[in-house]
Amino acid sequence: MAEKRISAPLTDEQIMELRAGDNMLISGVIYTGRDAAHKRLVELIEKGEKLPIDLKGQIIYYVGPAPAKPGKVIGSAGPTTSVRMDAYTPAVLKEGLKVCIGKGGRSKEVKEALQKYKAVYVAAVGGAAALIAKKIKKAEVVAYEDLGPEAIRRLEVEDFPVTVINDAYGNDLYEEGAKRYRIE
Amino acid sequence: MREIHVREITEQVAQMCKEANYFLGDDVLQAFREAAAREESPVGKEVFAQLITNAEIARREEVPMCQDTGTAVFFIELGQDVHVVGGDLNEAINEGVRRGYTEGYLRKSMVADPLERKNTGDNIPAIIHVEIVPGDKIKLTFAPKGGGSENMSALKMLKPSDGYEGVVNFVVEHCRKSGANPCPPIVVGVGIGGNFETCAYLAKKALTRPLGKPHENPRYAEMEREILEKINKLGIGPQGFGGRVTALAVHIEVMGCHITGIPTAVNINCHACRHVERII
Ligand code: SF4
Repeated sequence: MAEKRISAPLTDEQIMELRAGDNMLISGVIYTGRDAAHKRLVELIEKGEKLPIDLKGQIIYYVGPAPAKPGKVIGSAGPTTSVRMDAYTPAVLKEGLKVCIGKGGRSKEVKEALQKYKAVYVAAVGGAAALIAKKIKKAEVVAYEDLGPEAIRRLEVEDFPVTVINDAYGNDLYEEGAKRYRIE
Repeated sequence: MREIHVREITEQVAQMCKEANYFLGDDVLQAFREAAAREESPVGKEVFAQLITNAEIARREEVPMCQDTGTAVFFIELGQDVHVVGGDLNEAINEGVRRGYTEGYLRKSMVADPLERKNTGDNIPAIIHVEIVPGDKIKLTFAPKGGGSENMSALKMLKPSDGYEGVVNFVVEHCRKSGANPCPPIVVGVGIGGNFETCAYLAKKALTRPLGKPHENPRYAEMEREILEKINKLGIGPQGFGGRVTALAVHIEVMGCHITGIPTAVNINCHACRHVERII
């Protein structure tokens, strides 16, 4: 199936070429972050302080990996449920974040913010965690080490597979996909 | 009385933790292959391809198929002629979990207090259900349960007048609302009857049945088929991307109940439908 390829940093123009339902392969740098890390980032944003990572044009992956076996870069690392990040997402999008990777539906506020700040929400296959780990070539903690699996990591990935759920035009694959295949 | 030392239980439990998380059952893999053939949506087909490859990698490299290696849930059938010696049965199981999750590089996902939320660091406490049965053996069933699907659970005290239709509608509507969150394709456990806590227990226990094995009572086997068909008509599809296959199976367990109600619980499992058994 035809796949688009993207890498961070991403521009508005690149984002506007993506549509809900597109399959994509991501290569290059992505950052990890879950609720606890998002909470800290948003606190800094609200205080107007500098963030530990520059979010401009970047990609964040919602994941709490399993521990790495000796000799491995990372343990199994599939996406976690995105709804827990909803409260923080508009603020990080405003800082220039362009792609978030997770699984499951987003709030109305997040979808509106994606349109407003020109960004996309994409899903990785929930539970395909051993496969995804193989696409991660390097991992290092860059902030909030005390959060353990929830620390912010900088990952280098190759051909990391995702599907666009919410594009910057307001389309939603979860709604449209179900509508297309629903049998009344 | 047959004596069984807790040491043996701990050892078996430690192995079971790893096995269940590394090796997806053949029944589930077979269901993936059949569903992939049936799925019409191209993105849906791609999901199955990834899930099959994922299971192969996990098996080959002995790594967890999903990073959420779950709450450690145990169903124990304890023969009444068994005497457990050398320590405390519950502690033996928890120790097995501690060992299995640490040695097996499985994620520790439990917090000590629901509000303070500090990780216990060893995936304790395990959830342990013990049933006393005739015989002199212990049967252990281990079913790790991920948070994404567990959070999509529901319980309703239906009225007797809601009847068969009421149960079917409640389950289907709940699966519709759950959408992509429990990582479809899902397996749906339904507990009907008993009381408040028993229907939830039955719903969870139903998930440990071999995938797609129908209920032995034809009426409930029919209900399983009907609910499955209705869920798959929702169009949610693999991962919620839209498609024909939203659920792989529906398993119902039932029990007699009070004249005033039909307690009904739904416990959804994701496609990582993990369970292993041991008889000691
Ligand atoms: S719902 Fe299941 S497959 Fe999805 S992340 Fe949780 S444990 Fe893994």
